[in-house]
Amino acid sequence: MKIKDTVHFQWYKTLFIVILLALCLFGSIYSTHADFEQLFSNIGQVNAFLRKLSHPDFKYLSRLISPMVKTLKMSALGTVIGVLLAVPFSFLATTVVTGNPVVTHIIRFLLNIIRTIPNMLLAALLVAIIGIGEATGVITIAIFTFGVTSQLIFESIETIDRAPLEASLAVGANRLKTAVWAVWPQIASSVFSYTFYAFELNVRASTVLGYVGAGGIGVKLNEALGLFKYERVSIIILFIFAVVVIVDTISEAIRRRLK
Amino acid sequence: MMQVSEKIRHWFIAAAIAALLFWCAADIDWSTFRYFSWGSFKGTMSSLLHPDWSAFYTGSTEDIFSLMLMTIAIGFFGTSIGTILAVPFTLLSARNLWHNPVIPRIGKFVLDVLRAFPELVYAIIFIKVVGPGPFAGVLAIGIHQVGMMGKLFTEEMERMDETAVEACHAVGANGIQTMFYARIPQLMPIYASLALNHFEIAVRSASTLGLVGAGGIGATLIFAIQAARWPRVSIILLTVIVTVFLLDLLTSWIRKKLQ
Repeated sequence: MKIKDTVHFQWYKTLFIVILLALCLFGSIYSTHADFEQLFSNIGQVNAFLRKLSHPDFKYLSRLISPMVKTLKMSALGTVIGVLLAVPFSFLATTVVTGNPVVTHIIRFLLNIIRTIPNMLLAALLVAIIGIGEATGVITIAIFTFGVTSQLIFESIETIDRAPLEASLAVGANRLKTAVWAVWPQIASSVFSYTFYAFELNVRASTVLGYVGAGGIGVKLNEALGLFKYERVSIIILFIFAVVVIVDTISEAIRRRLK
Repeated sequence: MMQVSEKIRHWFIAAAIAALLFWCAADIDWSTFRYFSWGSFKGTMSSLLHPDWSAFYTGSTEDIFSLMLMTIAIGFFGTSIGTILAVPFTLLSARNLWHNPVIPRIGKFVLDVLRAFPELVYAIIFIKVVGPGPFAGVLAIGIHQVGMMGKLFTEEMERMDETAVEACHAVGANGIQTMFYARIPQLMPIYASLALNHFEIAVRSASTLGLVGAGGIGATLIFAIQAARWPRVSIILLTVIVTVFLLDLLTSWIRKKLQ
């Protein structure tokens, strides 16, 4: 950092950014009809909610086990399908194996589009097209996983060591053989670790998937919210939190062993 | 000998994973597909490919263009609230600012709790407080982002280079002076970049929060899906995707300049 880069010498730039941010902020306050008076006068609602929330209904826990197991099964299946689809597309999304920049650009553009769709909108759309149910949940999870992992996988393909690639080309391997024998062994452990990462994300996302009727523990959450049973909401969220922590710990342990 | 046992072990793991997935798949209710017909699927897909361009801009405040602007405003306002409120939590929960180890632990616990609840649940609470509308979405995103950004800000604060802080202490600066002359200049670009990244995330979630009535483009989308007005669904999805894509480009451009 040079002296001319400090705040005192570039105050006009800082001022400009501050004014721009303030204008955006006031614009957004105006357009969202923010009413802080109402917020503070109705803050009692939050208190009532917090009081109920701080008394989780532990008796309800026994009825949550089977939807949670269902959620875990849906997530596991969706994650594996998503990763299995993501691997070939990731190979196409880099020039390392194909050597064809046109295909790479097209595939990357498609992957970007898939990744920008928020997963709840995706779930809502799929529920409308395919129908309500657990199968739709699995497909949503698979597509979401596909979007997340394909980017991670193609980024790790791009950073591999090129020496085995040249070696296999030198002995006359075709593109498929190069992909399987020169690239895959280098990225396999990262792919497994991304799979666990995606699984964690999917267990977390299961809360919203149920909201649109895509099965699992989210359906229970939606029910409890609809009936204003916040003691149940509280135990459901605690339970999901606990499961996420457990999944996190297990996948961390496995990932460490993979390295 | 070693080679053979390694191979057997791999096959064994693969078989175990396959069995686990089969067990997962067997329990899921696949009946959705029984009512699935290719004919209607093809019809839906072809009407999704013909977006209803006329609905994009009609000059009213309920057209897709102004709803998308509103969604961006919700994201911006929510991120502003989140960023501003995250700062005191960061000061409370950064380990290197306190000699006492208890206070940071309390701060981190509060942030963990804030993060544990999905935005959807916050949205439903705030709809009860301020009524359905964009402001409920703003508050939901804001409070959730406090948890997210508080955690990231704290991690950056704990990871920062302490040499400048020590230098300030050595010349007799007090806590507030080291904060302004050593910590803030170092952390500001990182925090700004994190806030920009969360602005993009916030716009993405603002587009889904409409599903529960918290303003933005989501409500219009869900009505269009329920009424099976696919050309309208298509233009809404297209608008969301293009907006998120452009925001992604814009924020990554600014973030690159910040570094």
